[in-house]
Amino acid sequence: MAAKPVKLRGKIKNGIAEIKALMPHPMETGTRRDSSGNLIQAHFIESVSCEHNGVVTLKADWGASVSKNPYFAFKVLNASSGDKVRVSWIDNKGESSDKEISLK
Amino acid sequence: MRKNLSRRGLLKGLTALTLLLTIPLKLMARATEAFESTRVDKIYATLFGNMEIEPSKDVTLKAPEIAENGAVVPISISTRITGVESISVVVDKNPTPLSATFQFGPTSPADISMRVKMGESSIIRALVKTKDKVYMASREVKVTIGGCGG
Repeated sequence: MAAKPVKLRGKIKNGIAEIKALMPHPMETGTRRDSSGNLIQAHFIESVSCEHNGVVTLKADWGASVSKNPYFAFKVLNASSGDKVRVSWIDNKGESSDKEISLK
Repeated sequence: MRKNLSRRGLLKGLTALTLLLTIPLKLMARATEAFESTRVDKIYATLFGNMEIEPSKDVTLKAPEIAENGAVVPISISTRITGVESISVVVDKNPTPLSATFQFGPTSPADISMRVKMGESSIIRALVKTKDKVYMASREVKVTIGGCGG
């Protein structure tokens, strides 16, 4: 199954962009069992990278205890209209997804 | 012997090259050991060595007092402290307590929001690492329905 795209929104207030990202992902811990009692394999986003105009401005490492379909909000300084913000992730199975937006 | 030495030399060279390539990004690799650890003290040792951890009012951790659903506990972390190298989120009573680590570049202030899973009522900690000290904020969150396990 292909990874679902990141949903990304950004709003500039006094030169600071508030970015909100929603990443559809099961975030399985590896300790849950399915209805027939078999362990469900761990499957979670391990690494998130946030770029501002092509420069990495924030990097996150996550464990499986980040909630399902992770929501992540962060800020970018010196933001102006037309700036590009990109958020990408890689999970423990090597799947990845990303999204880039232009700030308004 | 000679073959061993040259192999060692090659490895050293490769290591040096890798270091050289990673330094400009100023990013630390994923602390895999800390993420897999089940003990909070081990996590601290892996992430901070023997650096002092000091409770600080300059670290703001927002979390609900009571979380009805442990699968989705919203938290926000921000700090006025300058020179922040990373922020780590630890949920003491989760099977693997380390939830997340964030590293900030020059145009990203230490100000984030996210959601974590909590297996049971626990203390949540936000640990802000600077060059020579770790500053901490903590809150107790009561969970009515756990969010880990089946």
